[in-house]
Amino acid sequence: MTVETGPPDTRARPDRAGTDPAEPLLRVRDLTMTFAGRRSAPVRAVDGVSFDLAAGETLGLVGESGCGKSTTGRMLVRLLEPTSGSVRFDGRDISRLSPRALRPLRRHIQMVFQDPHSSLNPRQTVARIISDPLLVQGASAVDARRRAAELMELVGLIPEHIDRYPHEFSGGQAQRIGIARSLATGPRLIVADEPVSALDVSVQAQIVNLMERLRAELGLAYVFIAHDLSVVRRVSDRVAVMYLGRIVEIGDKKSLYENPQHPYTRALLSAVPLPDPVAERRRERIVLLGDPPSPAAPPSGCTFHPRCAKAQAICRTERPLLQVTASREVACHFPGD
Amino acid sequence: MAALPEPPLLQVRDLRVTFTTPRGSVRAVDSLGFTVEAGRTLGIVGESGSGKSVTSLAVMGLHRGAEIGGSIALAGQELTGLTERELSRLRGRKMAMIFQDPLSSLHPYYTVGEQIAEHVRVHFGARRAAARRRAVDMLGEVGIPEPARRAGEYPHQFSGGMRQRVMIAMALVCEPDLLIADEPTTALDVTVQAQILELIARLQQERGLGVVMITHDLGVVARVAHDVLVMYGGRAAEQAGVDELFAGPAHPYSRGLLDSLPRLDDADDEPLRAIPGSPPSLLAPAPGCAFAPRCHVAAAATPQQRRRCATERPEPRPYGAARRSAACHFAGADTAATAQTAQTAQTAQTAQTAQTAPEVSP
Repeated sequence: MTVETGPPDTRARPDRAGTDPAEPLLRVRDLTMTFAGRRSAPVRAVDGVSFDLAAGETLGLVGESGCGKSTTGRMLVRLLEPTSGSVRFDGRDISRLSPRALRPLRRHIQMVFQDPHSSLNPRQTVARIISDPLLVQGASAVDARRRAAELMELVGLIPEHIDRYPHEFSGGQAQRIGIARSLATGPRLIVADEPVSALDVSVQAQIVNLMERLRAELGLAYVFIAHDLSVVRRVSDRVAVMYLGRIVEIGDKKSLYENPQHPYTRALLSAVPLPDPVAERRRERIVLLGDPPSPAAPPSGCTFHPRCAKAQAICRTERPLLQVTASREVACHFPGD
Repeated sequence: MAALPEPPLLQVRDLRVTFTTPRGSVRAVDSLGFTVEAGRTLGIVGESGSGKSVTSLAVMGLHRGAEIGGSIALAGQELTGLTERELSRLRGRKMAMIFQDPLSSLHPYYTVGEQIAEHVRVHFGARRAAARRRAVDMLGEVGIPEPARRAGEYPHQFSGGMRQRVMIAMALVCEPDLLIADEPTTALDVTVQAQILELIARLQQERGLGVVMITHDLGVVARVAHDVLVMYGGRAAEQAGVDELFAGPAHPYSRGLLDSLPRLDDADDEPLRAIPGSPPSLLAPAPGCAFAPRCHVAAAATPQQRRRCATERPEPRPYGAARRSAACHFAGADTAATAQTAQTAQTAQTAQTAQTAPEVSP
């Protein structure tokens, strides 16, 4: 479906004005990223990823290390320029814009990183860290500082601590600073890359709750990248499962978790240890053989076939495309049981 | 059969580990006691700074410069006070350890076969060829395909999961009785984690190993542990059988941890019950209960009770089942109290809603 309604450039609209119903907030098509290998063959880290994200919606992006989920996230915020494919934000393709043309759009798309301390400049005060994005966007110093204090309060920090440095905060508090910074420009989309995985278990829930509250209050859309399937289930409306640079299954959270169709999704879900010893003893687990293959030398056909118990001849030769199965899209020749 | 009571495989009593730092001395572990029996797995759960890794290093005698007090007995033999030479005869032979990051525990210049064989030669005085055969057998036993060929490869040629298998092979090649695994699957993907946990469980059964599994992941504990020690601020918060702990945690911290977890099988329409605040600093320990500032039970208590939590350190006391203990002045009061508070809160809320409802409309 390609509905082009009017030239996108004329929509210099105020924040959060009504969105064109035909165009989702984010429309990603065939996104691909190839890194030149230094001594090896080029590595296709992301291979034809497509999805839509509506305003106010959360898409969870899950998969194991090397599956391309972080690279995808970085292309969405244009920290990386995709090799091919498009990222349409609010009807406008941002994947090829020059840095200058991109700048006015940056305020709408922000990122939260995994390691809160290493993503904050240790030599800047919190005031500076949070207000910098505002100064870049042309706010006055006084306004920026006032806004920084408001944001600190919004994310559950004490505004009086505005002149402190990152090392004076715990990991959870530092992540709150990172979130406050991402909110400074009033974004509509936040790409969060493993935002809680570096935090202590007892602190993770605080940040998950904070992000959920902010989403409700500010009408944010999230792309929530994580390897922890329990956290992703918690925060997402829809979930995309990635394997070796491709989305193998994407759909509504509830149906995907309760009735996974792709053999990889099933294995992934059954591998997660549940904090319940009685259930654990009763559970049947699908233990996959071997490790995920290297993206530098992906297997032919369906890249999952060497680890898949259901693989047939066709899986070795023909790449399965995403197809609608059981109310979600699955890339498998033999989905379901 | 009236056999002599055998000493447990590992018995730790009143363990204290103190580091001297430029900012003063830090008691990283204090008054800690636990037991590991052969063929059983003790899960030690805790967050950063809880003292769980320090404890395992103390057992292995791998703490240079730390002051160790109390008693660590391996099959009845006291380990504290042993010389480095005596300890190194036990390490690998009687007890072995695997770590989170196998790559930093393997030597990059030697093949994995050589590194495993070295243990056999050192501990058993085996000849080179025999030691190598043993290494290859062991690699096969931990599920490395084509072990004879792969024994000749270097650590960087192995994937993360395969490296952890190599570490396990190295740890178990001299048939120790005790295996300490410090976050062995934290750096691994979840499908590979499942393989490694399964491998450890199989080897444990085959060999009757005692295992200490140190982790921050309550799911891992639920999957592999028989007994659980929950640590907080360098001390034992609670010790219990795995089923008892998950069915009804006695310490407010254990309960808080379980309640704060997002789960694959829960309803997700209400916020997670997060524990407020952050883990304590060991540099300035509180005189009372280390968890008191974050504790929902203390928060709901009378001022008098709260003062007790703030000033008087709770020692582990027996709670419920045999060998179960909790270090809380109000252990177990929690379970009943939470239910009650939840109920009162709900009633109060309903009452409030009823009261305020008419005022909402302008």
